[in-house]
Amino acid sequence: MDTYNSKMSDVLGTNNISPPSTGSSHINVGDTERIVSLVGGALLAYYGLSKPNAGGIAMAAVGGALLFRGATGYCPMNEALGRDSSSGRDITIEITRSLTINKPRSEVFQFWRQLENLPKFMEHLQDVRQLGPKRSHWVARIPKGVGTVEWNADIVQEEPGSLIAWRSMPGSDIDNAGEVRFTDAPADRGTVVQASISYRAPVGAVGGNIAKLLNPTFRQMVENDLRRFKQLLETGEVVTTEGQPAGKR
Amino acid sequence: MKALCWNGINDLKVERVPDPYILNEGDAVVRLTMSSVCGSDLHLLDGYVPTMKAGDIIGHEFMGEVIEVGPGVKKLKRGDRVVVGSVLGCGSCEFCQSDQWSLCDNSNPNPEILEKAYGYAGAGIFGYSHAFGGYAGSHAEYIRVPYADHGAFKVPEGVKDEAAVFTSDAFPTGYMAADMCGIERGDTVVVWGAGGVGQMAMQSAYLLGAERVIAIDRYGDRLAKAKQYAKAEVLNYEEVDILEALKEMTGGRGPDRCIDAVGMEAHTTGMEQYYDKAKQTLRLQTDRPAVLRQAIMACRKGGTVSIVGVYGGLLDKFPMGAAMNKALTLRMGQMFAQKYIPKLLERVAAGEVDPSYMLTHKWTLDQGPEGYRMFKEKTDNCMRVVFTPSQ
Repeated sequence: MDTYNSKMSDVLGTNNISPPSTGSSHINVGDTERIVSLVGGALLAYYGLSKPNAGGIAMAAVGGALLFRGATGYCPMNEALGRDSSSGRDITIEITRSLTINKPRSEVFQFWRQLENLPKFMEHLQDVRQLGPKRSHWVARIPKGVGTVEWNADIVQEEPGSLIAWRSMPGSDIDNAGEVRFTDAPADRGTVVQASISYRAPVGAVGGNIAKLLNPTFRQMVENDLRRFKQLLETGEVVTTEGQPAGKR
Repeated sequence: MKALCWNGINDLKVERVPDPYILNEGDAVVRLTMSSVCGSDLHLLDGYVPTMKAGDIIGHEFMGEVIEVGPGVKKLKRGDRVVVGSVLGCGSCEFCQSDQWSLCDNSNPNPEILEKAYGYAGAGIFGYSHAFGGYAGSHAEYIRVPYADHGAFKVPEGVKDEAAVFTSDAFPTGYMAADMCGIERGDTVVVWGAGGVGQMAMQSAYLLGAERVIAIDRYGDRLAKAKQYAKAEVLNYEEVDILEALKEMTGGRGPDRCIDAVGMEAHTTGMEQYYDKAKQTLRLQTDRPAVLRQAIMACRKGGTVSIVGVYGGLLDKFPMGAAMNKALTLRMGQMFAQKYIPKLLERVAAGEVDPSYMLTHKWTLDQGPEGYRMFKEKTDNCMRVVFTPSQ
């Protein structure tokens, strides 16, 4: 399953940038097996932990491994055996959004290329650190404050002033990729920024419908991030009403 | 501090709320000396503007004294006496830079609401629902003013508060209405609605070269003020047939420029009023466009209809055929406060216009709910109630 629309892509002149499936989204356990693993793993772990002897600990360990297999849909044993019981479908979400910024192209590009700037306007990003000329380390907050996910990314394409594209490295918490194009708007109307952001949702085939549900949320997120980018460049601040007074709600 | 909060349809309360403070570098905090009611607030009270939340502080026409500025503010300092435009503009986007401030790209923190309703979102407005940014309004002791360098203007010495406060909203709105008309020599300008904005539109029409101005309303005191202060000829739509009167008054030609200073809660007479009210009540149309219909029908061929009365959603029975076949120009929009305020302050300082006659009731903030009741019911010849939160 994929939210990528090739017809729209033709109209907009964008690429399908879907990242390789290597990290948490990599699934090789089928739905039925995952459920069995979850239930079985939970039972084993529960009984194992209630028995204070070597056998109990072993049971708990096996239970834990099964729980992991069920929850993530990834089984190292399957990998080693070359076995894949999943349906082979996973989910990519790709969102393209454009926005015009009333600033010269070089300035707009520079601000984005300085990857450390990204958390200033991408709300879910906590930190981006440049590790080398091409490689960077990203830390993102999981919505609802559950925790963080981290990954390394490489810039895979760069045309100074007009394009920057990156991919997460194999084995990332979330496989993701992005491509941003910078073009001059007509007649000195600033710079058009067209961002395509792609995620491989870490839910596997189980979550086909979940990804569909999440799509508008991701879309809104990308849109809001771009808007904050525009505000920072144009006005030097991000618009807010958070913290202003109100009466009893 | 004390603030007048919206709590539901026709439910206003004076409440204790936290004081505002600087949230962004370009902000200022202003201690309010005057804060006026506005006809557009009545749409909030009557529940025709969605996305209001209980506890929202209303009010958007105001002036006061700067008590604090953020590190990014360059043109203002503590102690400045300022009037602030009701519509927020960042000053840097394409639209602000081309003086179309109410179309600002950046000043609305909740643009996704208006994008769903209108395709694209306009600027934030003080105290005017979460669709317009959810900014705390001015019926309070203090207010945070974002983009203060662009939205707050120093009041010239010698201009009294009672006149300056209306350069925040009523005067620039009325002036823009006349400006959008493209008035030419000899033109007759008709203004529907003789409230604050209408009065200012009439005076502005003369400033921009109109030959004659005709005012339409149903309240005798408002028409009397239009006659006395704005030198308008007046028509009471409950007493005469407007279309017939306008045709006869203009030599069978029709008025050249027609201004709608009423908006979505228009009143009219007879069946049309019942029809519109019923459909609006049943939410089959969001707005009652009786004035707009009449303005389009009344306007001469090739004339201009200029709309500053507020509309929110969908209209029914819109006479598109009349507009098209008479080749009318329709102009409209929320006003570009920052474009007009400096010019208008100069005109007031020069004594060309004195809007202070519109202030019929100067009350304390504690009298807020009562003030709005009177303004809505238009008792005691009320034109504008202005609250003085610092007294």
